[in-house]
Order: sequence, then C-alpha cells, then structure tokens
Amino acid sequence: MLITQLKSKEIIESLAEGKIVIINCHGCKEVYFAEHEADELQKELSASKEITKIITTDYICNPDNLKLQLKKHMDVINAADTILVFSCGVGIQTVADQFQEKRVYSCCDTYQLPGFQGVTALNVDCGQCGECYLNGTGGICPITACSKSLINGQCGGAKNGMCEVDKDMECGWERIYRKLEKMNKLDNMKYDAPKVRNFGISKEK
Amino acid sequence: MRITELFEKGEFVVTAEVGPPKGVEIDHLIKDAHEFLKTRVHALNVTDNQSSVMRTGSLATCKVLKDEGLLPIFQITCRDRNRIALQSDVLSAALLGIENLLLLTGDYTTLGDHPQAKPVFDLDSVSLIHAVKCLEQGFDLAGNAVDGKPPKFAKGAVVSPCSDSVDVQLAKMEAKVKAGCEYFQTQGVFEPDKFMEFMEKAKQFGVPVQLGLIIPKNVGMCRYMNGNVAGVHVPDDMIEELKADKEKTKAGDTGVEICARLIKECKDYCQGIHIMSLGWENRIPEILDMAGIAPVAK
Ligand code: SF4
Ligand code: SF4
Repeated sequence: MLITQLKSKEIIESLAEGKIVIINCHGCKEVYFAEHEADELQKELSASKEITKIITTDYICNPDNLKLQLKKHMDVINAADTILVFSCGVGIQTVADQFQEKRVYSCCDTYQLPGFQGVTALNVDCGQCGECYLNGTGGICPITACSKSLINGQCGGAKNGMCEVDKDMECGWERIYRKLEKMNKLDNMKYDAPKVRNFGISKEK
Repeated sequence: MRITELFEKGEFVVTAEVGPPKGVEIDHLIKDAHEFLKTRVHALNVTDNQSSVMRTGSLATCKVLKDEGLLPIFQITCRDRNRIALQSDVLSAALLGIENLLLLTGDYTTLGDHPQAKPVFDLDSVSLIHAVKCLEQGFDLAGNAVDGKPPKFAKGAVVSPCSDSVDVQLAKMEAKVKAGCEYFQTQGVFEPDKFMEFMEKAKQFGVPVQLGLIIPKNVGMCRYMNGNVAGVHVPDDMIEELKADKEKTKAGDTGVEICARLIKECKDYCQGIHIMSLGWENRIPEILDMAGIAPVAK
C-alpha cells in the first residue's frame, strides 16, 4: 500500500503562483490519500491564492484516462500558471508529462506501507522515496528515471543524451534539465545546500 | 601538502594518474612513479576501483606513495560505500596524512567486472563534497560532533567540458562549487575549441580547472572512446593524423605529439593539467618537455 502525505502548508503555498488549478486523485484503493486534510488545506489556500478550479478525479496515473477526465476543463487549465497535484508520485508525473511547459507541482510525499502495492504498469514509476523531489525536477522522478537515483544532477556518464548504464535509456537528468528549460525554471538546479536522501523513510533502497 | 596551496601560489599544477593493480604487488607502480613522475608532476591521483573493476584500494596505495615521498590524491567514489563508510574513509585519510581528495559519483557497477554487485550511491559527488566539508567544520553528515581538531583537505571533483550536454554538466559543476569543491580535473579533452568555450563559461565559478588529457594510443582506442566513453570525442582529423604514419603511431610518438599540442593550445585557458596515461606513464616526461612544461620544484 502507498501512503501519500501532504507536504507542509508553507511548501505548498510557496509553489502556488498565479492562477492555480488543483487536481486531486482519489483513484485507487491501494493509495491512501489524505482527503480530509487536503480539503482543509485547499480551503485555506483559496483565501490567499487565486484558485480557478479544483478538479477531483481518479486514475490520473493512466495518461488516456487523464486526458479524458481533463477534457472539459482544458480552457481553465490552459489559462492557469500552476497546476498543483494531490496524488501519488506516478499521478503527478503523468500530469507533468502531459503539460510539458506548465509548472506542475507535487503537494504530496509518497511512501510505502508494507503489504500490497499499487499496480501501475506505466511508463513512469515512483520509488516511494517519502520526500518527493518532483517539484525541483520538472515533474520527472529522479529516483526512478536516473539509473543511480541521483538527486543533485547528472553524473559524468551520459553520452548523446543516453544513460551510461543502459544505452537504450535516455539519461534521466538530461530529461529533467530539458524539461526545466522548457518550463523556464532552470533556477531549480541552483540551490545552496546539497540534497541528501533519507533512506530511513524510503522504500527504494 | 594540499594542492590547493599550489593553485593559490599561481603554480600551473601538473598531476597524473595511477591505478592500483588487482593484487598487492605494486613495486612496478612505485618504480614508474619514481622514474617518470616524481620530478614532473605535483601530485598523483590514485583511482578507486576504476571502471568498477575490483582492485587494491586507493587509500592504502595513497599511503604507500606518500611514504615514498610522492603527493597522492585519494579518489573516492560513491559506488561501493554508504555515507558511514565514506566519512569513515575520509577520516582515515586524515589519520594517514592524506590531504588531497577527488570526490566522484563513480561508474555504475554493471560496467565493471562484478556486474552482480549491489550499487550503493547513497551519496553522490555533490553530497560527498558536502559531507567532507561538514567533517572539516567538526561535524559529521548527521550533525554529530567529531572529536578533536577537524581535518582539512583539498576537495576536488571532475567535470566534462566536451560533453554533448555541456549545459547540464555546468549546472552540476556549479552545485559542486557551492557544496565546497576547490579544484576541478576534467574528462579527457581532444577539442581545444570546446574546452575554451567551456572555460569561458566556467570562469564565473572562480575555481581552478586542470585540463584532462588522455594519450591517444591508436585509431582503435579513439574509435572506442568515441562510441563508448562519455564526454570524450576525438575529431576526425586527429584520427587521420594517427592513421597517416603507422610506424610513428605504433611507436606512440603521434599520441605524444597530439597530447603536447593540446597542452600548448589550452594552457593559457586553465590552471593546470591532469594526464591520464593509462599505462604509458613513461611517456609523460616527453609530453611535458614537448609542451614546454618545466620539471616541478621540490
Ligand atoms: S521523487 Fe519519485 S520516488 Fe520520490 S515520491 Fe516523488 S515520484 Fe515517488
Ligand atoms: S547517465 Fe543520467 S540517468 Fe544514467 S546514471 Fe548518470 S545521471 Fe543518471
């Protein structure tokens, strides 16, 4: 089972720029979603931020389903500056992939509880690291898209944009950099304190 | 001595690289170091299970070289050790009087001779630099105080100036500088124009950079590197040059000339050179002579 835990109100507030669309995913039974807390927080946010739409749907991890669900909301989504996603790591990545140039941000950390795990046979994966990095990486998961699960940038091993470990796999950090470039958010790569994983809370060891 | 002191004095810092063998007989390595390197390089990198191939350890080899009167640079990768072992080895280095570090993420395990091994990568090059800096400030990575006088190192790292994604590499370089990196050695450069362009952009970080050199031994090696080695590209005209006089190339003289020429072309743009001779340590004095780099003052 996966657990999604809300990021702190301060973090979520700092992500909420301009016109905001919120997407909640209440999809599957395998993911515990903090519905009530999310609801409260979104109410508080609307007091100070310009939230143009709150969409609550399911299975956003399935790209075709996501497209279908969002179809009728495309006008407000196109006009939005930021999309805040309340879902597991896979859902957020699927939204980020669909809106390449938008600021798609994760409001949850996904971690694992022992037992049955969600079945997400998709092209994006979440390692349930428990401290979601997607907000700094353009919505591409560095834990699963980089062979070494690096969180501070590209290693020296990429050649022609491909990973040193698997020549058929695009380098995850190359993808992250290009995505941030498109989002005009390369500044995300500039931070003062290096990131250090906390394996004490992570599933992926 | 820390090699950062040399950079501060404005020295053009020359380093070379030796790889410990698979086994404990290193007489040959020491003999070569004395014969060809001692008077010609300021310091010697000792690789850490290079290319993920298991060998005798870097730290122990550093200590042997130090006892022989050479200045070793302890290369540490994040591939095989978690943060506890890494910090412990860094403190061990200080205990042995090894003051120069080169901190790397490391090649992936499957590229080497133990593809079944568990890849660690608990830290990466950036967070490892940060961890060393923490130790220098008297704390470990978890914030616990370290007893006694904290160690002090010259903290180095690598960067790929001729990478096909040089902008991504520059972003990582900046993260390393911010984390506390004090000097850089580069991946092997064969394209002076790209190197100069890179240095133009890297200048802003204000950290010394040593041009990395690989001696091009033959055409096959160059083709192999072009197809397989990240950040390395040998241009066609250089491959033609190696093809032109087969005997000369076979004797190693073409590669030596190319290396010396690269140094001459790039030397005004960098603060030193780092030669990865891959077994051709005996040719290093000749390369340096040809490039007009004087023996080091000891
Ligand atoms: S960074 Fe990746 S592994 Fe961690 S929670 Fe986000 S999607 Fe999952
Ligand atoms: S080449 Fe890219 S994806 Fe592969 S390990 Fe290095 S940074 Fe990660």
